[in-house]
Amino acid sequence: MSDEYDNNKSYQAQSSEVMDGSTGSVNPDIDYVRPSEVGEQELYHPHSFIEKWVFCQDAKVIGVQYFLTAVFTGVVGLILSWLMRLQLGFPELAGFMTAEHYYQFVTMHGMIMVVYFLTALFLGGFGNYLIPLMVGARDMVFPYVNMLSFWMFFVAVAVLMASFFVPGGPTGAGWTLYPPQTILEGTPGAGMGILLMLISLSLFVIGFTMGGLNYMITILQARTRGMTLMRMPLTVWGIFTATVLAMLAFPALLVSAIMMTLDKVLQTSFFMPTILKAGEVLEYGGGSPILFQHLFWFFGHPEVYIVALPAFGIVSDLISVHARKNIFGYRMMVWAIVGIGALSFFVWAHHMYVSGMNPWFGFFFATTTLIIAVPTAMKVYNWILTLWRGNIRINVVMLWCLGFIVTFVNGGITGIFLGNVSVDVPLSDTYFVIAHFHMVMGIAPLMVIMGAVYHWFPLVAGKMLDEGLGKWHFWITFLGAYSIYFPMHYLGFIGVPRRYFEMYDSPYMTSAVGMNEFISIAAFIVGAAQFILIFNIIKTLKTGKKAEQNPWKANSLEWYTSTVPPEHGNFGDRLPVVHRWPYDFSVPGAKEDYIPQTTAPSEVIHTEVEKT
Amino acid sequence: MHAGIIFLLVIVGSVLFHIFTPWYWTDIASNWKGMDDTITLTFWVGGGVFVAVCLFMIYCVFRYQHKEDRRAEYKPEDKKLEKILTWATTLGVAALLAPGLIIWNQYVNVPKNAIEVDVMAWQWGWQYRLPGKDGKLGTTQVRNIADNNPFGINPDDPFGKDDIMVESDIINLENNRPVKILLRSVDVLHNWYVPQFRAKMDAVPGTVTFYWFEPNKVGEYEVLCAEYCGVGHYAMRGGVEVQDKADYEAWLGEQETFEQLSARYEKLNVDGNKLAKK
Repeated sequence: MSDEYDNNKSYQAQSSEVMDGSTGSVNPDIDYVRPSEVGEQELYHPHSFIEKWVFCQDAKVIGVQYFLTAVFTGVVGLILSWLMRLQLGFPELAGFMTAEHYYQFVTMHGMIMVVYFLTALFLGGFGNYLIPLMVGARDMVFPYVNMLSFWMFFVAVAVLMASFFVPGGPTGAGWTLYPPQTILEGTPGAGMGILLMLISLSLFVIGFTMGGLNYMITILQARTRGMTLMRMPLTVWGIFTATVLAMLAFPALLVSAIMMTLDKVLQTSFFMPTILKAGEVLEYGGGSPILFQHLFWFFGHPEVYIVALPAFGIVSDLISVHARKNIFGYRMMVWAIVGIGALSFFVWAHHMYVSGMNPWFGFFFATTTLIIAVPTAMKVYNWILTLWRGNIRINVVMLWCLGFIVTFVNGGITGIFLGNVSVDVPLSDTYFVIAHFHMVMGIAPLMVIMGAVYHWFPLVAGKMLDEGLGKWHFWITFLGAYSIYFPMHYLGFIGVPRRYFEMYDSPYMTSAVGMNEFISIAAFIVGAAQFILIFNIIKTLKTGKKAEQNPWKANSLEWYTSTVPPEHGNFGDRLPVVHRWPYDFSVPGAKEDYIPQTTAPSEVIHTEVEKT
Repeated sequence: MHAGIIFLLVIVGSVLFHIFTPWYWTDIASNWKGMDDTITLTFWVGGGVFVAVCLFMIYCVFRYQHKEDRRAEYKPEDKKLEKILTWATTLGVAALLAPGLIIWNQYVNVPKNAIEVDVMAWQWGWQYRLPGKDGKLGTTQVRNIADNNPFGINPDDPFGKDDIMVESDIINLENNRPVKILLRSVDVLHNWYVPQFRAKMDAVPGTVTFYWFEPNKVGEYEVLCAEYCGVGHYAMRGGVEVQDKADYEAWLGEQETFEQLSARYEKLNVDGNKLAKK
């Protein structure tokens, strides 16, 4: 695996390799693949249990570590959402909960789900596991830094969880952490809680930067021979673009966290104007609370796409494989991902239409925001056009994909309401916003995560998850989540503001009581249904059916490893050579309805392959 | 087959829910009907796209279910179709954006005859001030705020003397007369929001923000804080009473000016009374 690589030798080896693989009677030129420009990566193999499972440098193990840690935070976030829904639906049963508790739960739920669950799961979890496998690399290019990345994330999670146990509890400032209230008395956890949050976020950004460098450089530099950028699976494109966004956006979060820490600890005034509190003028002056919002959303809006783009990529691959059809308009899909990523840096202030920023910004940001709807819509069209005239397996993976399309289109359309500046005025800060972003960046990406778990579990564990349990899991989750968030939009129309511990008896809100009870019950059921997956995984690991290699008949490289599950180094003695894109399904003239990326053109000479 | 049927029921259910929902807009009581109309337009266009996309998806699920002996179509790209879809979407989006921007233009340009109302927010309550006979509000500073000067009006500012101080968390407004709400905060972010008026804007400490509307229905309304402001956020309520011109002017006549308020405190001080701090 660590042989010195000689360019000349490799070229000769390659042409003989082609002759071996083909019938021997064809022109080898059509199978020509440019030789590798760099030598093979030297891998550090573990020597002990700790090096193999704890401080491990194998991206696949790091991916699983990320995944499990993120899922742990997700379960905490889920329990917090149950407590919130208990208060909102059945306040008489939540007598133990004060307004302080409620706001702390709201804040921690939001921050955990967006940053520590979704971001870590998509990039740290799926990114680590899939990037090297899908681009045909033996591992990430900087395995040691990759290991540090996970452990930094682990410490960040530990610090975050520690804030539940400090005096005053965790911060209750809302996940957006808007100053000045975030660091003033009157907001729960304005002492230790907020400090630990800011430290945890800073650690997360540092850890993420280490991982992000790995994902980017591995994709740019360590692709196997023949894996051109336009032959990469869309999963890799999604994760790659999201990583670039994250590397540009997270620094804004880091500086705002540092500035806020200074405001809190050293009484600087980056975000703090002159403030009168309990009759006293505080020792602040001259700072701008709106500056924080600009910094926060300069991170926060790309963050939405940091979660969404990997989901877009993964769902494209899942739909294509299970519809047995090439993804429709691959090039359009790639440019849409890149275009959405670029545009996402020009829309941040649509979160701030009623923040008190200069109102003339509204024209600019409404226009950019609605422009982003065009590439997004193109992606949706291409997903459904991939289904059209396909040969669709209606299995659990496909069900999650279909659920994704429904929830994503629903949430995307409500985004057009909120992006359209004057329509946002009555709806902002109401339950309409809650419904919108949960549908579009909570439920929709979650559908993709679940689909991806059912799809790649056979690769990771070598066993097939139970389809029957999977169907129950899907239908309860999809129908339940839809009935939580679809009606919730209408609470926003009434005008019910978000972040209200209770409504008292405002005349136009009494009609919402029934709906709140219904939503809460649905939330309890959907949350509980997630334990079906955990049960399914445990059951499968113990007694599940052994998975054959490539059970879904997919084309991409992760299914063509030397062993299942893949070992350290992924591909055995010889790295795969790529001859085509990963979407050659149902090619006319081919014997099977799929042609793996490693199949040389000479092996399928009689097929009508269009795109390679 | 079951899957397609359930998805179909979800879409049909969504449409029926929208038609028969008992939960919808609180009756509008201001000039911002254009916002409601743009929402309705967006609902038709967006809702139409949602239903169309989902029905197409469901059709595919029924029509192209997996059969061992069938192959999917092989067609990587269709330039013409992609072009048509791109332009159709762009047109649709532009059609939604245009009315949105037109109404925003009205929202940020306050009519000349609007009466100014100074709304001051604090954790957790509201106070109001109106310009006096000179039609101008006096300048203010947070450091001047005291019991005898709840808005921190600069004592040297001649415009401040006749400012009308409303000693209540309910403000009265004249029906059919535009109001420019000036928002200030002494501590954290707040947002003075009346659902019936549709409009809102954050109050930001350190600066003055504004928005305007024209109330057009006599009645009492509840004010809610719409920007999270700490643990008392949900309890930060106030009120608005929209009155006809005659009633409004009668109410206005009963209010105290800043000069009168200062004089009253001076008298109290002379009397040696101490007032508890706010």
